[in-house]
Amino acid sequence: MKLLAIDTSNQPLSVAVAEDNKLLAEVTTCVTKNHSVTLMPTIKEVLKAAQLEIKDIDRVVVAQGPGSYTGLRIGVTTAKTLAFTIQKELVGVSSLAILANAYPQTDALLVPLFDARRENVFAAVYKWQKDELQVILEEQHLSIQELCQKLAKRRERIIFIGIDSNKFSKIFQVELTMKKYSIAPEQFAYPSGFVLTQLGRQMKPVQISDFVPRYLRLTQAETQWLQNNPEGKKYDESYVKKI
Amino acid sequence: MSKRTLILAFESSCDETSVAVIENGSKILSNVVATQINSHKRFGGVVPEVASRHHIEQITGCIDDALRIAKAQYSDLSAVAVTYGPGLVGALLVGVAAAKAVAFAHNLPLIPVNHMAGHIYAARFVAPIEFPALALLVSGGHTEIVYLPTENEFQIIGETRDDAAGEAYDKVGRVLGMTYPSGKQIDDLAHTGQDTFNFPRAMEKENNFDFSFSGLKSAFINTVHHADQIKETLSKADLAASFQQSVVDVLANKTIRALKQFKVKQLILAGGVAANNGLRERLDIELKAFPEVKLLKAPLNLCGDNAAMIGAAGYVALKNGIHADLDLNADPSLEFEWYPGMEK
Ligand SMILES: [Zn+2]
Repeated sequence: MKLLAIDTSNQPLSVAVAEDNKLLAEVTTCVTKNHSVTLMPTIKEVLKAAQLEIKDIDRVVVAQGPGSYTGLRIGVTTAKTLAFTIQKELVGVSSLAILANAYPQTDALLVPLFDARRENVFAAVYKWQKDELQVILEEQHLSIQELCQKLAKRRERIIFIGIDSNKFSKIFQVELTMKKYSIAPEQFAYPSGFVLTQLGRQMKPVQISDFVPRYLRLTQAETQWLQNNPEGKKYDESYVKKI
Repeated sequence: MSKRTLILAFESSCDETSVAVIENGSKILSNVVATQINSHKRFGGVVPEVASRHHIEQITGCIDDALRIAKAQYSDLSAVAVTYGPGLVGALLVGVAAAKAVAFAHNLPLIPVNHMAGHIYAARFVAPIEFPALALLVSGGHTEIVYLPTENEFQIIGETRDDAAGEAYDKVGRVLGMTYPSGKQIDDLAHTGQDTFNFPRAMEKENNFDFSFSGLKSAFINTVHHADQIKETLSKADLAASFQQSVVDVLANKTIRALKQFKVKQLILAGGVAANNGLRERLDIELKAFPEVKLLKAPLNLCGDNAAMIGAAGYVALKNGIHADLDLNADPSLEFEWYPGMEK
């Protein structure tokens, strides 16, 4: 199976093409945030390096979130439209799982995280068990303090992963005084499109038309509206109508 | 070789996801519009992040429907056209990303279209545009008069200094207790009332083609609040009629001024507020003084945002050799150039 993987869920951009478990080409950049400008040209370049046409691809794999809303919009729209228009499969993978899966096997808890501003993070907790990465804490949007409190209760050593981890080192020092923790080295801090292809290879394809990013957070307007309208629905088919 | 030029067009600049297939720039084979109005009604106006999220939900379904209804295959297409500005950046990005993906996958030229050029070209579905022409563009986000010297050239000669006319309609609607969007409701109500309040007509005497609606909006709000304070009930129909009369007077006044200075073959009325009956009727009357100018009104069902108009404008851009590369970005504050010597 030939796979095209796209991750624009945060500042780094990674695009890879693989055939089954073999990498054909990959580009990962961290120089610009403007994925709208760089994503399509990068896809073209990576396909060219892999000596493939877009129509040769059997499955498009995309980092579905959590992450920056703008980044997710561009990556998910591009991935779902590509898969739809060449009539191939689409798979979405957790952006946090991509980081955790690239980390070597260890007894420690792996905690990939992304800054969600105002001392909040998108994070999940994983642990390697019998060659497989198990989810200990589902990916969620929570305050950094809350995350630390959950981690403080665990016996295992903790490894934070991701370029945003360093931003919170002061808070870690305060909240995790008695714990053994570390921040993963830079080489594990960036998402790899190849890891994404390998995760996406094992998953079941989704229904393309319904596919949306995993934001893990409602917009402020929706949250407020739901508070004022307890009967209201988070999502309702009538919200968008074809005319 | 087939003589048909089919364009797959995308529009997602605000709260409508739309995909259309247009033949030779003038025939609509399909025009699928998914509107989010019911969602944004909850918040009393368009919430940009919510709009962007809905666009992603809708985009491939709209492409699918547009091609199916048009009975078109990708191999029938000549190009992909997309709105890249102006509009809400997150919303624009969805259409731009999708259009680029389709263009790349099927090796089709990508045509960047200015949303306002799209609005003007909605009128193309009524009759061919003859140059030079003037366009009065009135919508929720824009109010401007544009000079079209030749095909695919657009030059602003005047625009609003503050609120867009459509924006004023929505704010006034809120004061009158109407649900969003309120343009149509005010228009209907205005036809049952009289202009008794005589609200200000801003910049009427100024020798330019610019507009202002914030003074009118304030005058309206003050009148209603003052009446509330002294527990007086005002006629909503008269309020609506007075407000609309002021808007229409200002728009008509500046348009006539422009027609006197620019000798054109056509006046095009376009944009969301171009569906307003008060404005349409008024221009019909005023244009009698300009027998050499044809009034071309965008069809009612194409005044709001839609991809058909983007396909029509895209066809003209394609003919004129305009195309974008895969690095095309959304430009939320995209503007036409100004008419030489008339900068704001
Ligand atoms: Zn518009």
